[in-house]
Amino acid sequence: MHTVSLLVENRPGALARVSNLFARRGYNIESLAVGPTERPEVSRITLRVDCSRDALEQLEKQMHKLVNVLRVSTLEAGEAVERELALVKVNAPPSRRAELMALGEVFRARVADLGPDSIVFEIVGHPEEVSSFEELVRPHGVKELARTGRIGLGRASAGRVARTQHVLS
Amino acid sequence: MLGSDAILRSLEAEGVEVAFGIPGGAILPTYDAFARGSTVRHVLARHEQGAGHMAEGYARASGRVGVAIATSGPGATNLVTPIADAWMDSTPLVCITGQVRSTLIGTDAFQETDATGITLPIVKHSWLVQNVEELPHVIKAAFHVARTGRPGPVLVDIAKDVQETEFDFHYPDEVKLPGWRPPRNVHALQVAEAAKAIAGAQKPILYVGGGAINANACAELLELAEAGGIPVVTTLMAKGAFPDSHPLALGAPGMHGSKWANWALNKADLVIAVGSRFDDRVTGKLTAFAPGAKVIHFDIDPAEIGKLRRADIPVVGPLRPALEQLAEELRRLVDPGHMGPAAWRRQVDEWRAAYPLRYDREGDVLKPQAVIETLRDLTAGRDDVIWTTGVGQHQMWAMQYLVCDQPRTFITSGGLGTMGYGVPAAIGAKAARPDATVICVDGDGCFQMTCQELATSALEGLPITVVIINNGWLGMVRQWQEMFYDSRFSETHLTHQVPDYAQLAEAYGCAGFTLSSEDELESVLEEALNCGRTAVVDARCDPEEKCFPMIPAGAAATDVIEFTDLEESVEA
Ligand SMILES: Cc1ncc(C[n+]2csc(CCOP(=O)(O)OP(=O)(O)O)c2C)c(N)n1
Ligand SMILES: [Mg+2]
Repeated sequence: MHTVSLLVENRPGALARVSNLFARRGYNIESLAVGPTERPEVSRITLRVDCSRDALEQLEKQMHKLVNVLRVSTLEAGEAVERELALVKVNAPPSRRAELMALGEVFRARVADLGPDSIVFEIVGHPEEVSSFEELVRPHGVKELARTGRIGLGRASAGRVARTQHVLS
Repeated sequence: MLGSDAILRSLEAEGVEVAFGIPGGAILPTYDAFARGSTVRHVLARHEQGAGHMAEGYARASGRVGVAIATSGPGATNLVTPIADAWMDSTPLVCITGQVRSTLIGTDAFQETDATGITLPIVKHSWLVQNVEELPHVIKAAFHVARTGRPGPVLVDIAKDVQETEFDFHYPDEVKLPGWRPPRNVHALQVAEAAKAIAGAQKPILYVGGGAINANACAELLELAEAGGIPVVTTLMAKGAFPDSHPLALGAPGMHGSKWANWALNKADLVIAVGSRFDDRVTGKLTAFAPGAKVIHFDIDPAEIGKLRRADIPVVGPLRPALEQLAEELRRLVDPGHMGPAAWRRQVDEWRAAYPLRYDREGDVLKPQAVIETLRDLTAGRDDVIWTTGVGQHQMWAMQYLVCDQPRTFITSGGLGTMGYGVPAAIGAKAARPDATVICVDGDGCFQMTCQELATSALEGLPITVVIINNGWLGMVRQWQEMFYDSRFSETHLTHQVPDYAQLAEAYGCAGFTLSSEDELESVLEEALNCGRTAVVDARCDPEEKCFPMIPAGAAATDVIEFTDLEESVEA
């Protein structure tokens, strides 16, 4: 699984052009997050895809050729800060509430909403933490779940940046 | 100024001489601007597919950007095939389509289709213009993107109300496209590496693709081949990039390439790929393609490097300076008077002498190859002949038997294999080079897909000669059915009865000829070529003739099939 981070011009069709490169080659985008950046005219797309290194390299080169794409980089585990937010609505009859709240505390999951028989947790963290939390509450009965898809940036520490593809000299 | 007039002023500013198209509702304002006058000549096609292929033929013959114009909906969808064709063969094309009014976009309005959506995977870029202020910048950008880097098609979809809106027109001097940065320079170190590899190779071969022509790098290619004494194979798309009559020219490799070209690739120790992309019709079984060779890969498109075959020495960048520097570097490395790999060249020439292109010349039935050979001989030595073809057996025979010594004189649909390409592409080529003799070698099946453009040819003063290799069949498909489907000829028989091509030509105001024997071949072809107007020659040929040699799809060069079961094999 690879995480790709793209800076694209904030224009209609930019996302469609990127996602088409994956679709036409038969790759499923596992997660996708699009949002603004520090520059209003530029958006960031962070996506996850399961493919071989060779395929990834080909995809990166193809993305680079898109007119709306400004930069393509691969976020390598360890060299990037990666986060995801999830909202999880869990079955919570009064008898289970305390147990669930305790679980949430361990993961620093906030209670975003509380109802007579369910709780909506809000958790932010590394995507793997989010998955662990999801696994742990699952036995209680997850009614609904929404994840944002991961976003990431190259680390600030040690001046290390994510590997940027300079395919274009 | 009105948006519609601004479109034409922008085309004029880009130096566009001619545009091919058909009007309709959503593009009417722009055609009204044509009526007000423009230095851009408009050629009225009879089908938008024809307009698109004309623009392609124009682009390939001239090296300039081709322009096609269509209305929204069916006009735009009819352009899809030429856009896909231009995409596959890297032909620079700007397609301008009208779109319904911006207030109607997204409402399934009359003749609304999502043109940018439909074409998304087959354009370099596209724009939907809903604000007239953007129009000049978009057109400027469209031409820039179409022609820079690896050339290809772009689409500009313009809402009807934009064409009708008044604004202050100013054509920009520069394009602002921060994300469009095609490679501009070549890496000197990589070129030096390549030169070293070539100087040290025993059995090098240049494997040249259409990119060499797109890059106008043919003079540099000739320099390089001669500097190194390196044999050259030219793919279908590269025919003419290197003179066919040059002693180092081996012609085309691939499925219907010559044995000597395929075996040379098979036995080479160094393959120098120049603007070629290891297409499956060239390589056959990829793992068996040039199995013992190191690969140097020159390409403007970084995504082609390593896509199908690992490049030992990749050189990304414009081919012209790359090849020029390579030839220079190579000359520095070898002694003056160095003859290159002489033993290797002798070996290849031995193959060429022992296994020439062959067909049965004995029978009474007219052979398609004989028609093409006669065309070749009738035009021998002329540098003002441009060939176009359809797709099928006749195309492969044209590739095998015609001699092209200049780039941009063999114009064909390679990557997409679009039947119906030949006639409109010929008309476009004629528009690009009015002084040239343009000959379309077509198939009877292909001809029937776009023959309505004979009207365009006749009425627009763009005369061409169409020679139909009329075997009465969808011949190439028939050949596969005979060879791989136990001769079950399913739905491939077109017949020699209908239509009467000569009469059809006459109906379109063209000259029609029919021939069916070798005796009349020369005289009829000569008459057609010299009649001074668009001519269609119905050359009725052997319906059963197959195109050889042939390497079946997915097989290796060593598995080649010949027209008789002669025992021939490649020796190490
Ligand atoms: C638009 C399109 N439809 C179908 C095909 C598949 N096809 C490839 S060659 C061929 C037969 C072409 O027949 P003809 O023009 O008579 O040429 P021949 O092979 O007989 O020389 C067909 C149907 C194609 N390449 N393009
Ligand atoms: Mg035929």
